[in-house]
Amino acid sequence: MQQIRRFFTKKTFVFSIVLFILVILVNFAMQYANLGLDKFEKRFMFLLDNNIRGFIPLILLAIAQAIVLINGSIDLSIGNLMGVVAAFLVTQYSKDDSIARFLQVFVMAIGIGVLAGALNGIFVSLVRIPPFITTYATSFVFSGIAMWILPRPGGNMPEIATTFYRTMLPLGLPMGMWIILIIMLLWLVFRNTRFGAHMYAIGGNEKAAFTSGVSVIRHRMSVHMIAGFLAAFAALALVLITGSSDPRIGATMTLDSVVAVVLGGTPMSGGIGGVVGPIFGVLTLGFVRNIVGFANVDTWVQPLVDALIILVALASPSLIRLILKQARK
Amino acid sequence: MNKSIGFQLPKRFSPPVIAVILAILLFVISTFFLKTDTGLAGMINRGKMIINITAFLGLIAAGQTIVILAGGEGIDLSAGTTVTLAAILTAVVADKSDARLPLALFVALSAGALVGLINGIGVAILKIHPVVMTLSVSGVTMGTILAIYRGAVQGGAGPGFNKFVAMPFTIGNVNFGFTGAVVAWIFVSIVLWFILNKTQFGKHLFAIGVNRDAAHLSGVRVTRTAILAYVLCGVFTAFGGFIVLGYIQTVYFIIGDGYLFPSIAAVVLGGTVLAGGEGSYWGTMSGALVLTVLDSILTSSQVEERARLIVLGVLLLAVISLYGRQKALRQ
Repeated sequence: MQQIRRFFTKKTFVFSIVLFILVILVNFAMQYANLGLDKFEKRFMFLLDNNIRGFIPLILLAIAQAIVLINGSIDLSIGNLMGVVAAFLVTQYSKDDSIARFLQVFVMAIGIGVLAGALNGIFVSLVRIPPFITTYATSFVFSGIAMWILPRPGGNMPEIATTFYRTMLPLGLPMGMWIILIIMLLWLVFRNTRFGAHMYAIGGNEKAAFTSGVSVIRHRMSVHMIAGFLAAFAALALVLITGSSDPRIGATMTLDSVVAVVLGGTPMSGGIGGVVGPIFGVLTLGFVRNIVGFANVDTWVQPLVDALIILVALASPSLIRLILKQARK
Repeated sequence: MNKSIGFQLPKRFSPPVIAVILAILLFVISTFFLKTDTGLAGMINRGKMIINITAFLGLIAAGQTIVILAGGEGIDLSAGTTVTLAAILTAVVADKSDARLPLALFVALSAGALVGLINGIGVAILKIHPVVMTLSVSGVTMGTILAIYRGAVQGGAGPGFNKFVAMPFTIGNVNFGFTGAVVAWIFVSIVLWFILNKTQFGKHLFAIGVNRDAAHLSGVRVTRTAILAYVLCGVFTAFGGFIVLGYIQTVYFIIGDGYLFPSIAAVVLGGTVLAGGEGSYWGTMSGALVLTVLDSILTSSQVEERARLIVLGVLLLAVISLYGRQKALRQ
């Protein structure tokens, strides 16, 4: 029993994987019931490919949020930050742009993301304002800027890029799978660096990390910049899928990113967690919403169901912990 | 011996005082800048009008003050939808009649208390971060409203209620130029002053705001006090929504959204520390005044929504940079 509990507290993503498997089975069954049994392979591919491709923006945002949370901070502006970059991207292109122009603009977009992250970082680490209020304030600044760049939904993406992203199947495996695989590999390298270790140390105990010579200011700053960097990629994934953008798209995705992290088993107190949990958190959240979509819920009731799922998802890890605590007594 | 003689400037102006001075400065400057009503009489009229409008934000920010004072990164991001919920319930129950108003008030406040209770349980017992908890409860509240009313709400405020909230309040034949909303605001401020400064709950609230462990060790029931703070927050916010409905008479579904961000900004502007345990409602009142003056300037100079968002965000950052900073790790 002791061992099992230690396993669960240490490997924070186990809970989310169990949930994920459950959800994907229901998804599969429902798609069968709705669409029939034929072409098993095609159906399976659709389930993994199209769905996950659509989840990629939120996966990237959730990872950004997870890194910030592990460091003991929080970023409530991450969705709006992504909105700014997305607005920038879709206003810079026309439909027949070349790959060179595409890359050129994207590099600038990453710069904007990192810069916006740095703005959060400055106020959180140097000016020392509590992160939740800093990023809440900047979320308004960012949404204002996004509306400035792109006043109403619309915009263009080069067709070469969108068709590449939407139809590419490297080695016959879904694109989303590849992206997730690459992220996990990068994470494996990243968390074993000095920087990665310090990041966990600060999240675990800021004061102790400071007294052992870790530059808390510099690390927290970098962490917010990394979050901005990842949000820029999330923006790219988003506009490649939709081909356009909406200046108000970011607001709802901030909460989703936090929910996905918590659902993935990473506590909000910092110092513990990784990227595997958040990835499965997003997949679970996405597939649960798919189920709600399949279940033909009334449109007026849908927002309530959606919000209740989020609330239950947030509460369930703590509830399980409370129940375990009671059971031990 | 001579200490009492002579004028002494206080060593450091407290944030509420700064906020009031800022509000007056902004107000005077805007009078010249906008070239609306010059002359003393016009200025006084405009000042009264601004105070009448401030009452709504001031009422709504009362609840926000309580949860922020309670500490633990406490904040209520469901304040906007609680206002909407209270306004809708008041409209439905009162149904344009003044006779059913007491019942409507009771229903609205109970609904606010329920939302606060859910917030409090999530934050204090399940230990979910207040930002995330209240944000998702806000989603559930809005979802419930949409599921029940499906985009159309009947009813509204009765004529007497509307007259009380929107028209100048008179005692006998004397007209002060202030509306019933201001009277309600003054009433709430006295109640809140009493709760915060004269009751045991108030003392416990400040204690858990400063240091939860120390409060726990000195016998304060931390969890219970924190939950009660959220419940009270819900009740006060709902009362704000109730009064707002009296002003606008009929409801729409985003009635409260515009109050959420200003309610937090007002608390911060008034010098209540976000870490909790330090601050006052009178600070929040002056903060609300600053924001309303600022908003009236932005509105009358026809600034667009996007610019307003940026101005509000930058203002909040600037103000907290002045007096909301945390201690350095070095200390």
